[in-house]
Amino acid sequence: MIENRPGLTFLAHLVLIAGVVIVALPVWVAFVASTHGATDFMSGTIPMWPGPNLIANYSHMLDTGLSTSGTPPVGRMMFNSLIMALSIAIGKIAISMLSAFAIVYFRFPFRGLAFWCIFITLMLPVEVRIVPSFQVVAGLGLLNSYAGLSLPLIASATATFLFRQVFLTIPDELTEAARIDGAGPMKFFRDILLPLSRTNMAALFVILFIYGWNQYLWPLLITTDAQYYTIVAGIKRMADVVDGLPQWHLVMATAILAMLPPVAVVIGMQRLFVKGLVETEK
Amino acid sequence: MKRTIFNNQLLPWLLLAPQLAITFIFFLWPAGQAVKQSFLSQDAFGINTTFVGLRNFTALLDSAEYLNSLKVTAVFAVSVTLVSMGVALLLAVSVDRMLKSSRVYTTLLVWPYAVAPAVAGILWWFIFNPTVGIMPYMLDMIGYDWNHVSSKSDAMILVVIASAWKQISYNFLFFVAGLQAIPASLREAAAIDGAGPVRRFFDITFPLLSPTTFFLLVVNIVYAMFETFAVIDSTTEGGPAQATNIMVYKVYFDGFVGQNMGSSAAQSVVLMLIVIALTIIQFRWVEKKVEY
Repeated sequence: MIENRPGLTFLAHLVLIAGVVIVALPVWVAFVASTHGATDFMSGTIPMWPGPNLIANYSHMLDTGLSTSGTPPVGRMMFNSLIMALSIAIGKIAISMLSAFAIVYFRFPFRGLAFWCIFITLMLPVEVRIVPSFQVVAGLGLLNSYAGLSLPLIASATATFLFRQVFLTIPDELTEAARIDGAGPMKFFRDILLPLSRTNMAALFVILFIYGWNQYLWPLLITTDAQYYTIVAGIKRMADVVDGLPQWHLVMATAILAMLPPVAVVIGMQRLFVKGLVETEK
Repeated sequence: MKRTIFNNQLLPWLLLAPQLAITFIFFLWPAGQAVKQSFLSQDAFGINTTFVGLRNFTALLDSAEYLNSLKVTAVFAVSVTLVSMGVALLLAVSVDRMLKSSRVYTTLLVWPYAVAPAVAGILWWFIFNPTVGIMPYMLDMIGYDWNHVSSKSDAMILVVIASAWKQISYNFLFFVAGLQAIPASLREAAAIDGAGPVRRFFDITFPLLSPTTFFLLVVNIVYAMFETFAVIDSTTEGGPAQATNIMVYKVYFDGFVGQNMGSSAAQSVVLMLIVIALTIIQFRWVEKKVEY
């Protein structure tokens, strides 16, 4: 703040409060809807305050789900999402750290070429190569499997660049000391690089967990067996009803459950989240 | 560049193997297939495949649907970018005035980043639902008959709001960081010279913020073009009458639902060229040229 202008500060508060309200509005409406019974939507005017069915709706969705839409219980879908998000986050961090280690600490032929191959993945988001990627995964027999859900999304140029930056800032003296003490490359990696990049790993994990949890198109394509549906891709199947109205209170309860884990991660680990967000965009 | 390295020729390849294997199998090979298929044409039964040169591409340029999709994508991407960046900048400038409360406001504003685009779509679809939604009810009171199932412009507004809403938190965080990086002394000097808050914003803050703004422009255009598939699919599914059929949605629809592989592959190649161009812009210009 440069100068004290109470009027302007007041205006800024107003803008921020309006912003918070707009940002929260859809979630509030969804939460309210998820606490009502099925008949409360028939009257035409939507309720603005929570109703009495909170526990009934949520426990119903977690245990049995919406069987008419062909989706498994939400508990099952959340478990699938968790497996997918964790495999993607941990897998990306693991293979990116190893490749960054290779690129920074070794000199070998075609090192530049390897680096460029990884770089190119930045330019090939899944959305632009949907059909051939699907064919490859189908050919490998990975449809309806956790490997099929996570493996094709695990390559990461961003994470490799990030760890490359981190490793480049680690002083050469540490490497020299390790070598004089007789440590081989893998021991150096495990005992020096891993501990030194712990916060970067944690920050990256937050971002990648959200990325993995929120995947939509890929799980939608490769899961036809309901046992492998993820919650984010499953919601759409619940909202799509051929005749009649969607069961709004149950769909909205699922939407709230679908956003709960990643939102909790962002709010609980805000510092790491911001660090991860800024670092991955460098 | 490291001075101290390990002298091992085999180990680096073993370390790179998982990343390179996944890159080749799931990225480079499918991308190569898309390029190959974009030059081929299959008959109705998928038995005979013939080389047709650039015909798939010229067919795209002749297709009114595809040209419409290009236009829709441009309108959509520009609207999402302007709405989410405009709102985020306003909020960031407001938070920048706050001393004690800025952390609380930031926490309350950043969490939508974590909401999946598909969920964001479902939420806004519910709010704008013509029969039970709260917004049509309120719009009806001021005499506007909202219906995104039949009105093209209503449908576009719906997907723009749902997509922009999710992106506000991201832009907000980067604008706040950009504002904090501007030395306070510059604005103080302007204040002493008698420049008011509005003048200071347009003459000092906004120009100095331009690296952040340009970076966010590229990121938001990429987001609107490639990461909003889920928003479209969970709300309008490209309709009504192709009004929200953005390019990534059309690739998916033509490839999986329409089974038109040649055309879908040609569209994939066009999209790849766009991503490559945007990535080059991001690395070449955004990072270096816009500096004061």
